[in-house]
Amino acid sequence: MSFDPVVVKKDFPLLEREINGKPVVYLDSANTSQKPRQVIDAMSRFMETSYAPINRSAYHLAAESTDAFEGARGAVRRFINAPRVNEVVFTKNATEALNLVAHSWGGANLRQGDAVVLTHMEHHANIVPWHMLAAERGVELRWVPLTSDGQLDLSDLPKLLDGAKVFSFTAMSNVLGTLTPVKQLVDAAHAAGAVAIVDGCQYVPHNPTDVQAWGADFLAFSSHKLCGPSGIGVLWGRESLLDAMPPFLGGGNMIADVRLDGFSCAELPAKFEAGTPPITEAIGMHAAISYLCALGMDNVRAHEAEIAAYAIGTLKARYGDDITIHGPTDPAVRGATLSFQFKDVHPHDVSQVLDQANVCVRAGHHCAKPLMKLLGSNATARASFYIYNSTADADALADALANAGDLFGL
Amino acid sequence: MPGLEDLYREIILDHYRTPRNRGELAPPAVRAEGHNPLCGDEIQVYLDVKDGVVSDIKIGGQGCSISQSSASMMSAAVKGKSVDEIRNLVRRFKNMMSIEEEDENAPPLDESKPLGDLEALRGVVKFPVRIKCATLAWNTLLDGLSQSN
Repeated sequence: MSFDPVVVKKDFPLLEREINGKPVVYLDSANTSQKPRQVIDAMSRFMETSYAPINRSAYHLAAESTDAFEGARGAVRRFINAPRVNEVVFTKNATEALNLVAHSWGGANLRQGDAVVLTHMEHHANIVPWHMLAAERGVELRWVPLTSDGQLDLSDLPKLLDGAKVFSFTAMSNVLGTLTPVKQLVDAAHAAGAVAIVDGCQYVPHNPTDVQAWGADFLAFSSHKLCGPSGIGVLWGRESLLDAMPPFLGGGNMIADVRLDGFSCAELPAKFEAGTPPITEAIGMHAAISYLCALGMDNVRAHEAEIAAYAIGTLKARYGDDITIHGPTDPAVRGATLSFQFKDVHPHDVSQVLDQANVCVRAGHHCAKPLMKLLGSNATARASFYIYNSTADADALADALANAGDLFGL
Repeated sequence: MPGLEDLYREIILDHYRTPRNRGELAPPAVRAEGHNPLCGDEIQVYLDVKDGVVSDIKIGGQGCSISQSSASMMSAAVKGKSVDEIRNLVRRFKNMMSIEEEDENAPPLDESKPLGDLEALRGVVKFPVRIKCATLAWNTLLDGLSQSN
């Protein structure tokens, strides 16, 4: 059964806010999502009643806090259908998760001349860590190109993967909204003997995720894009791979023993969780996952395909060739993240004009400069929809855009 | 809330639509490049500096109306001026953008001459996010001037 975004929106206190007497139209969820009352309350309640250190102390409160923290790990495991709970590593965010894999797995396994395959639609978080390895040890980076409608061009994939050690790719573009064929890409990586790393930062909050169905080796995502708090993210990895990897950050919690002449690592997942983790944030992320699961991830995906189709239809019907929407037009292969160019108005100016109507969109390169170059611009405006956005928000965007054309006399 | 008319003054839109001194200068002219990492704006400033005077300036790159109009106005304001006059002007412009002086020992500002068209950018201060757009060209100019030394 589907849900009504207008009803969902009532759970989000911030979205009740008005600025200058007008409601906020929040269309920047690909950047970060708003938080429902259930998440805010869970975090407040935890800090008011159960907050204490985890994994360190013997008293009742500490045990309660540890249980709650580990409960969040269990919720993440179920959310992505990971086989084992110790494969779920909490990080700061998806960026840190990808850096962890590149630094730790890449550092241990990549040598000069080894190839890493990425795609032209990656976020900087899945480019720069590999560039850093390339600079450090002469790893070769190869790039899967795009088709003209912003999908991956897989015609040369076997050649690109030939001899590669890693294929790291996004499951959904943060700029184009494109959904990539994850299972097919994982299979291609494995056929070539490469490890398959999925950047799920955009995908996981908006679609049902099953790492076992994909057969992937690693998955990275963030809490703050799925209605949870910022400051916590997840790296999931196969136990055998994580076990064989050297630690990433050193410190408390990640050790079994420390001596004057060395140290030994703790078991998974503690091995990759040095220092006090984001405890309250894990509780918040758990509440966010519960919230999304109550809506049903299939329903979330269905809603977004619907709102994407409506928004694209509305904007094209109203502005025709004056608006260019990047990425696929078929809602079956895209999410509700729309990057667009409106007439000749610079995206930064578009966003400024939309702000007068409290329509919040991102303008810029979206941390995907190589993709921007491919699109032939150095910035786009991006409207991204989520569970609390209804057709009224798409209409508000379309209405507010008219002012941009008027102001610049276009 | 400040209105858009505070930001997008007619003279700004005029410089945006019809930018002055667009183009490139061949070496030995100095070329400086600036980026706004937040929004992806890029700018190139080409300078011919002879005997302590910027005899010619050209501007390249892409950006929003604020960054491009600021670059255009800047080019018109500095062409033919001495490097000392220009450094004074950059400080005045940054002052107007409410950016604090970095150099405590800087000489006193000469504010005897009117700022002219540049006054139109004063409204940018009301939109703090856009201050970086307005100052991009000026920081790139400073980079070019230090290269020419």
